[in-house]
Amino acid sequence: MTAVDVTVLDAPATVSGQGYWSGVGARLLRDPLTLICLGVILLLILSAAFAPWLGLADPYKGSMIARLKPIGTPGHILGTDEQGRDMFARLIYGGRLTLFIGLTPVVLAFFIGGTLGIVAGYAGGWINTGIMRTVDVFFAFPSVLLAIAISGALGAGIVNSLVSLTIVFIPPITRVSEAVTSGVRALDYIDAARASGANALTVIRVHVIGNVLSPIFVYATSLTSVCMILAAGLSFLGIGVRPPEPEWGLMLNTLRSAIYVNPWLSALPGLMIFVTSLCLNLLSDGVRSAMNVRD
Amino acid sequence: MSVTETLPDTAPDKGGPAQPLLIVRDLQKYFPVRGGILGGRKAVVQAVDGVSFEVKKGETLGIVGESGCGKSTTARLLIGLIDKDRGEIIYDGQDLGGTLSLRDLRRGVQMVFQDSYASLNPRLTIEESIAFGARIQGLPDPVGRARRLMERVGLSPDRFAQRYPHEVSGGQRQRINIARALAMSPRLVVLDEAVSALDKSVEAQVLNLLADLRREFGLTYIFISHDLNVVRYISDRILVMYLGEVVEVAPVDQIWSRQAHPYTRSLFSAMPSMDPDNRTLEPPLSGDPPNPINPPSGCRFHTRCRLAESACKTRVPTLRPLSVGSEHLAACHLHDLGSGHSKAGKDVLA
Amino acid sequence: MFSYFLRRVILMLPVAFGVSVICFLLVQIAPGDPLTAIMPVDATADEQAAMRAIYGLDKPLPVQYAIWISNLAQGDMGKSIASGRPVAGEVFGAVQNSLILALSAAVVAFPIGIFLGFLAGYFRDTLLDRAVTAISIAGVSVPNYWLGIVLVIIFSVNLGWLPSMGAGPGGSQDWSWDWLHIRHLVLPAVTLAVVPIGIVARTVRALAGDLLTMDFVQALYAKGMSRGDVLRHVARNAAATALSVMGLQLGYLLGGSILIETVFNWPGSGFLLSNAIFQRDLPLLQGTILVLALFFVTMNLVVDVAQAAIDPRIKRS
Repeated sequence: MTAVDVTVLDAPATVSGQGYWSGVGARLLRDPLTLICLGVILLLILSAAFAPWLGLADPYKGSMIARLKPIGTPGHILGTDEQGRDMFARLIYGGRLTLFIGLTPVVLAFFIGGTLGIVAGYAGGWINTGIMRTVDVFFAFPSVLLAIAISGALGAGIVNSLVSLTIVFIPPITRVSEAVTSGVRALDYIDAARASGANALTVIRVHVIGNVLSPIFVYATSLTSVCMILAAGLSFLGIGVRPPEPEWGLMLNTLRSAIYVNPWLSALPGLMIFVTSLCLNLLSDGVRSAMNVRD
Repeated sequence: MSVTETLPDTAPDKGGPAQPLLIVRDLQKYFPVRGGILGGRKAVVQAVDGVSFEVKKGETLGIVGESGCGKSTTARLLIGLIDKDRGEIIYDGQDLGGTLSLRDLRRGVQMVFQDSYASLNPRLTIEESIAFGARIQGLPDPVGRARRLMERVGLSPDRFAQRYPHEVSGGQRQRINIARALAMSPRLVVLDEAVSALDKSVEAQVLNLLADLRREFGLTYIFISHDLNVVRYISDRILVMYLGEVVEVAPVDQIWSRQAHPYTRSLFSAMPSMDPDNRTLEPPLSGDPPNPINPPSGCRFHTRCRLAESACKTRVPTLRPLSVGSEHLAACHLHDLGSGHSKAGKDVLA
Repeated sequence: MFSYFLRRVILMLPVAFGVSVICFLLVQIAPGDPLTAIMPVDATADEQAAMRAIYGLDKPLPVQYAIWISNLAQGDMGKSIASGRPVAGEVFGAVQNSLILALSAAVVAFPIGIFLGFLAGYFRDTLLDRAVTAISIAGVSVPNYWLGIVLVIIFSVNLGWLPSMGAGPGGSQDWSWDWLHIRHLVLPAVTLAVVPIGIVARTVRALAGDLLTMDFVQALYAKGMSRGDVLRHVARNAAATALSVMGLQLGYLLGGSILIETVFNWPGSGFLLSNAIFQRDLPLLQGTILVLALFFVTMNLVVDVAQAAIDPRIKRS
């Protein structure tokens, strides 16, 4: 599984304020691959969000006689699962939990890790040492191992998955945000602001955040794909979402028993995870180059 | 903007004209260098070691020396960007940390940095950057103030106020930095290599601007540079630093006609001469300065000094006037008859 | 070199301490009484009291930690709830099997990754480069537990070429280096290799691309050096960085094999771990995590030291 590797991102050397975001937008519009990926992700999110109003079959209602119908069965366009539930409906509904558990931890870790890193990078000294040495300890665990360890101890459940994945992604985001902040902290405009008598909070608010946010944001987006895979992986292992909820990782797990009966059907939920994760990766690369953040 | 005695809202004078605006006594800053197996403190860089000087009201003190001599550290100590280990900073008769708070010091002392780009927040407009300090200090109408100062440093507010730092030239950026420093109505401005990164023609314009502003607003400058010609142009007195110590202080004319310290002498002889008949005969200063982690014993310059004798290796020279009551001070055994140097008191540098 | 090694070892100690604290806390964060978490459900009151005394469960947390760590120092990682056997023995047997899998995956992944990455870096902005980039993005995006299932569908279910379960004939748990066993290794090793192929290719591409445009390379050409010789120089310069990425990947392979082992019923640490989770066997969970994390920490150390041996600049920084 993809490792959470830290690339230290440079703060962009030539960013401007005015026209910066419109420039980013214009560059994104000229990048068809990124736009397609954005489209796919939005489609997945919207269809998941509005699933109940799409006229789909009931994703929880099974049928003993209509089990493991192949792809293309009339009435079940993508067939049925091991309990005779409509696959298409379950895949669309499955996006709700999968995307929610796959993306929320990165958002939470972005705020928590970003704050920790900015504080550590700006304050320096023992505050920095304390925060960063703690972060180092978490880096001793490969991300999969840490997620499984915490989820395994806490037990299955949506909240437990969110907690364990958030803990997994706080350290790498903290490390990047500390590195970027220390870089900005060393610039003269921070000294000039301090020399004007502004307190640390004001300097951070006015002069630091605006200049560190985009590299941290870009780095966080690059983690969404790993987080998706990990989140579904936890459910696949049985320590994420509990049955009978539709969730792609869990579906992949329960359909394994059908691998000799209807092999390609059982691969469908994994294909959804793959497509989502691929689009998230490409989208993140596109956003990175549009925002001029270099590795 | 009309010509005024001081910048608007400048803090009132406390000590009277005879009180030096700034007195620095025995200032010291050592930086720990981490190393060793446990990453503990193994060594210290003696960046600034026992520096003392005064700046009179309305004068410009030039500080010169090679890179790494402690000029910039001194500047940052003066406005409290780094904490001093030891020593006193007395601003207009008030002792920093005693009767004077850091906040009040920053009201009176401002700084202009060398790198005009790095010293402006790329995300703020020029107007916002200049107004920031005034806003922090609670001065009235920060934006109007910023716009008036832009006008004064030669940048039309209508054209430049809403621009971003990367959209203007290096010279314009340094004008912005000057305006930004003045927005807090300081009385002392520390200019740390403020014109060094500029093209020669732009440098001259900015120097003239600085001279005009000083006259107009009754400012006092500490002007740090490695360029002797520039320092001579703008300064009233010159202070020479070597490896964290002051080696010579004198009024410009006196030091120009006579350098009392061998190090100062070498600095001057390394200057390209405009007169073909006046060739440099003295050997230029060779090698890099010694490592400030383990500075040489005695006189720190003895490892590079052609006149060094055994006394220079063992005894630390003190900064003393060349003659009684002289404004020309040097820290060299050559000027101390009791130093044990064989050429003490003889004019061997001329 | 030795002092660098020593310094790295000493720097590793606080990390190892932190790792042990986290592993210790795993049992504490588990819902319910820690006692029930580390004992079978049918334990008698006497057995519970004995266990409480042994682990000092009525004492404050730091004391409990001290007891736990001193037991650990004597090689006692507690007893598995499910099997009743000592955790240490179970974990080390499983880690061995995981290492076999991880190393095999590395043997597949690193040469392919380096080759693809170098091709892409050397022929930058060509169709070849794009193809490699696409492969590596797909490689890092694919959920490998799903890829494992897809490979099983193709090579076991449809083609019937390779077995899909266990480490040997009849789902055997004991490894030996013969064809009957190696057949079982192929699918999980290839599955596990996909992500590192992508990451190594990406790294080597960036390294080769950067190095080839650097001044010293131009200088080598200018000196009249042949293309092959220049490439050798470039390769040596890239070696230190590539080595560190690959060393870390080896560690990640061991961690990442957890899900793959579940898919293929490979009797390694990941399989053990998922059994431990399934049976809520917390001592086993704790022991396995601890051993894997300490292995990873040691791996980092080895990588750093090896990197410093190749590139003398690192020692000084």
